[in-house]
Amino acid sequence: MSAPPREQWPLWEVFLRSRNGLHHQHVGSVHAVDAEMAIENARDVYTRRGEAVSIWVVPSATIVASDPADKDELFDPALSKIYRHPTFYEVPDGVANI
Amino acid sequence: MASPTSNAAGPYAAIDLWRIADGCLVLSHRLSEWMSRAPTMEEDIALGNIALDLLGQSRGLLQVLGDEDRLAYFREPQEFRNPLICELPRGDFGFTMLRQLFVDCWLVDLWPDVAADDTVPAEVRGVAEKAVKENAYHLRHSSSWVVRLGDGTEESRRRMQEALDALWPYRGEVASDRWYARIEPVLTEATLPMPPRDAWTQRSSADGWHTEHLGYLLAEMQSLARAHPGASW
Repeated sequence: MSAPPREQWPLWEVFLRSRNGLHHQHVGSVHAVDAEMAIENARDVYTRRGEAVSIWVVPSATIVASDPADKDELFDPALSKIYRHPTFYEVPDGVANI
Repeated sequence: MASPTSNAAGPYAAIDLWRIADGCLVLSHRLSEWMSRAPTMEEDIALGNIALDLLGQSRGLLQVLGDEDRLAYFREPQEFRNPLICELPRGDFGFTMLRQLFVDCWLVDLWPDVAADDTVPAEVRGVAEKAVKENAYHLRHSSSWVVRLGDGTEESRRRMQEALDALWPYRGEVASDRWYARIEPVLTEATLPMPPRDAWTQRSSADGWHTEHLGYLLAEMQSLARAHPGASW
């Protein structure tokens, strides 16, 4: 850990909306000095096989993430709430079209 | 046998398809030399994409002009009709991007002409219609890099100025009024004053004259096909 890290271009997260998809989905990241270059790089790296009709790029530094150490208290309580899943409920025989 | 010497302009109109086909082929090879050497991984992929686009454009034309493999791998340097600017060594990244801009500004107006020319075969117009979109992106890419580097650091600007001085004499085969109209605003934004239009320019490759660089490029590009004729993989 002696030498300082080489200066890197900022990281951008890339989101694509596919042809038939309804919303943008995260696909990866690129390095770029600004938004324009980030879009171009995302296009070149992630849409070579017709994957997208729209690209979003977001500076990775602006993403606020949950703390992995909080995983248990944030997510474990949901595991026991099976009544939050629609499959928990039985559909009465008289209900059609559901 | 189809060759540029026996059939200089082709049976089609005023558009010299040999010049476009060979220009795209030779420039594609020059760009491929950057693979694994580009400044960033993202740019490595971008250059590869552009090289493959140009290769596809060239193949589309060569397939109409004759046997694409024979034309690409078994012609001698003096039979190639590419603009000389396409065969110049790749230089540094700034040189590569400025050369790309010179060629992009040429192709971006040429392909729509081909696509609209009903004297050329339908296959050629099909190639051109696809190329129009590809080249529009190439131009956007090279323009943004030229502006970035020209209007960048002291060193990047110095390198771009050197590249401009070196490339300007090779504009003759690609330049026209509309070419100057396209490139001048980009150079201006890059803080690189456009040299005079009437400055001296190299002669063209139309009579088979080339720089010394094409022979070396073809030696590498053609060696496999010549060592193993008809090989497939």
